[in-house]
Amino acid sequence: MIVMANNKISALIVDDDSIIRKIHKTMLERLFNIEAETVKDGKEAVELCRSGANFDIIFMDREMPIMDGAEATKQLRAMGVKSTIVGITTRAGGEDREEFLAAGSNHCFEKPLDRAKVEVVLREHKKFTI
Amino acid sequence: MDTNHSRRQLAAMKQSLFDQGLLDEQFIQLEELQDDANPNFVEEIVTLHYRDSSRLISSIEQALKERNLDFNKLDTLMHQFKGSSSSIGAKKVKAECNLFREYCRAGNAEGCMRSFQQLKKEHAALRKKLEAYFQVSRV
Repeated sequence: MIVMANNKISALIVDDDSIIRKIHKTMLERLFNIEAETVKDGKEAVELCRSGANFDIIFMDREMPIMDGAEATKQLRAMGVKSTIVGITTRAGGEDREEFLAAGSNHCFEKPLDRAKVEVVLREHKKFTI
Repeated sequence: MDTNHSRRQLAAMKQSLFDQGLLDEQFIQLEELQDDANPNFVEEIVTLHYRDSSRLISSIEQALKERNLDFNKLDTLMHQFKGSSSSIGAKKVKAECNLFREYCRAGNAEGCMRSFQQLKKEHAALRKKLEAYFQVSRV
């Protein structure tokens, strides 16, 4: 059996705002060479993972219709998803952060995602060396 | 207009937008994503933003016409508007969004109307300045 070594990090961006999805996807690809898929709410993220898709990192927006980020994080963890989950909220500190971390996310940052925040996440990831 | 002149003009325009507190660091982050393969990335994002934000402004205007204001609905719409504005680094517009949301939370209808008028002014003013900026950048 031939195994292809793939050192590229895979990411999923979960956000209901199409502009944010575009910006974050472009940032990950151009600055970090990370391939990113995008979905527009928590339910789509859960369904995608349930169908067998695997991601190294999931960037999860907090406020989304249908299923929000904290709920999606809970469900993903309950399914056994081991990806690094990065919660992204528009509210600095406080309840959102606690809710995200309690749901099982690894990080929680204020929107928008930027280079420095992604570097914090990647430093903890075994596949990546900065 | 030669390239050096327009580059200097562009730099001066951008500096002015920052000095006036109209743009923040997020705008620079967007510019970092621009390259030869995607030379108009920032303009594309800004264009998308104004498409979305115009739609949201109409929705908020409609919602403000209702006899009994639905502050939750207004707050939700403004949350989206704020998110979109943050994504292009629209600093002053973002501040107006926060003010509007405070009025929503306080159930202050008059405050909402007032801050919305101010927000629309800021939104339109920045749009005009960014259009001029991109016009020079295309030279």
